[in-house]
Amino acid sequence: MGIPFKTDETFRGDFSYRNSDAGVLRFPFPFGEDTYMYSVNIEPHVRGGPSPVFEHPFDVDEHYVAECRERALVLQNDPKRCQVLPHMMPAQWDTLELIMESLAGDYPEHFSLTRNGANWHWINRPLNIDQRFVFGDAATLPCEPFEYITRQAQGDFTLQDQRDDNLYVDGGMVTTQADWSLEFDIGMTFHEWHGPVPLAHNLGVFDRALRYLLRLQYGHPVRRLNWTMTINPRLDTSPENYPDWGPDRTTVTPDNVAQKVHLRVELQTLFRLPRSNAILFGIRCYLISLQDIERVEKWRKRLHRVLKTLPPELADYKGLTRYRDTIIQRLAPMDDGTPLSPGIGPDQTALGTGAR
Amino acid sequence: MIITGSLPARVAGIDSISPTLKRFRFEPDGPAEFPTAAPGAHVLVTLRGPERVWKNAYSLVTPPEERGHYAIIVRRVEPSRGGSHFLHDVLRSGDRVELSAPASLFPIASLARKHILIGGGIGITPFLSYLPVLKARGAVFELHQFCAISEAETFRGLLGTDDPRVHVHGTGGRPVFEPILADQPLGTHVYTCGPEGLMRAVAETAKGLGWPANAVHQESFAGAAGGRPFIVHLARSGQTILVEESQTLLEALEGAGIEAPCLCRGGACGVCLLPVLDGEPEHRDHVLSEQERAEGKIIATCLSRAKSDRLTLDY
Repeated sequence: MGIPFKTDETFRGDFSYRNSDAGVLRFPFPFGEDTYMYSVNIEPHVRGGPSPVFEHPFDVDEHYVAECRERALVLQNDPKRCQVLPHMMPAQWDTLELIMESLAGDYPEHFSLTRNGANWHWINRPLNIDQRFVFGDAATLPCEPFEYITRQAQGDFTLQDQRDDNLYVDGGMVTTQADWSLEFDIGMTFHEWHGPVPLAHNLGVFDRALRYLLRLQYGHPVRRLNWTMTINPRLDTSPENYPDWGPDRTTVTPDNVAQKVHLRVELQTLFRLPRSNAILFGIRCYLISLQDIERVEKWRKRLHRVLKTLPPELADYKGLTRYRDTIIQRLAPMDDGTPLSPGIGPDQTALGTGAR
Repeated sequence: MIITGSLPARVAGIDSISPTLKRFRFEPDGPAEFPTAAPGAHVLVTLRGPERVWKNAYSLVTPPEERGHYAIIVRRVEPSRGGSHFLHDVLRSGDRVELSAPASLFPIASLARKHILIGGGIGITPFLSYLPVLKARGAVFELHQFCAISEAETFRGLLGTDDPRVHVHGTGGRPVFEPILADQPLGTHVYTCGPEGLMRAVAETAKGLGWPANAVHQESFAGAAGGRPFIVHLARSGQTILVEESQTLLEALEGAGIEAPCLCRGGACGVCLLPVLDGEPEHRDHVLSEQERAEGKIIATCLSRAKSDRLTLDY
């Protein structure tokens, strides 16, 4: 049985993006406890775990076709959202190999890869692509290999080169980002591109994370969840387009908060690549409306508690300050304060209609 | 690519290269192909002898695109800590072996304008997987293999004689690296793999000539040398284990049936680091910072030992 793709939904204009009931229940809710603080919350990216989105190295869901179309629209307006520095060509091929082999192996009804030496044949049925090419010869593809394959994948990707005991962000495909710019960050070191994050530097989070990632081993990818909030189901919240989405934050009212506010969760994955020794960083974005969160008892209560106790620096950095209280006021009557089970799972197998 | 557990494999063939060198070819034991291995990657080969188990690290000599088989070249060493004798004398074609996922601690520098590869003896092995990659990338490189005069023909046979960039130096005395490293263009990187003395001499020559430290790369191929025996106490399980003179701490843990974390077994990857509660470590790894060494609160079990008679680990 294949995935029922929602091919017509949009992430701009009329914002017709919606999660199905199954989509809500498989959402990677990021809060395993009633409070949130930064930590080096990295774990092995093994198959399976507390959310179905961990089942495969690269999760494909009902929004696949629509997200690929949204990516193409962003690139059409701003081709520099995909950039790779020249020394990263081996990492480009590594990425193409990794994603093609993963998708073909995990979703054989939708993707197929046939290899005969360097002659490869790739079929992507949801996007109606049938491509024969020579692995290692970029001229046999319609564009460079990293752009080619990440146009056919959900979520953003960056390529980190490892040298001089540091990681450099030397390439990326960034169209579904939470307010950061590849054009601005490209070439930066690990600490440089994390510069704007509050509090975590003093906790030593980035020193430890860098040391850990420098030792990341091939075949043993790792993952973490990160989160923020977005008004409307908009994937492209880039600094470049700030005038398009920044003012949305001022439009949240008690009447529309449940429809407008979306929890935005990033499933971040890190893969050591073989030929290049680079690290592929996947930033897969999942969106869920507040009204859909309300349909899961544990999640609505927990989100209320997390937002109430969130340090103000974090709320500011994530851009929640203007509407955080509106969400808390909405959720407060739905939280009776009963203890919640630890972990991120929904603890229910079907959805209610919401608390009211 | 997620790799869980070891890669099941069979010995597909064993070729004798010289009286002391053999090439072992491994094939996947099953329908799957092997994962793409990095140039310069190594695997841990688990060898199950009748009395003990060895886990030895060997560089793959096959290029990344070769996924139908992996190959290693092993010298039968005297005195052996056991692994090379087992491979040479006991292992037969068709035997099952377990391989770890190929790991890379010796990558090709992405920004190098020119690559100089200097191998010593069997230290040539990682460069055998470098060569086809550098050629395919159109990279500028030189390879210099140093070996005993008596082995020069063997290494010429392995490397071929038709590429003017590949040099085999059969030498009776101390190799001199200044002629190779002097007058190289800016942006040149040098890679060495071989005996400790050779690698140190290359590093010192490069430093003397003003090479930047980040342009000098070493594959630490030296096995863990032994030392004074000591007792390790594991605080969590309450076990007390003797680490013998010719054993590493990691091997002693494994010998007691403990699945201690490890990867490179050469003090470079940091996977085997364990917290020290009591006792004084003698650090031999390449991972810990100067500060971490001085603090003595953490130890790389694959190489490091103890200055004190007893070491207590939080494990």
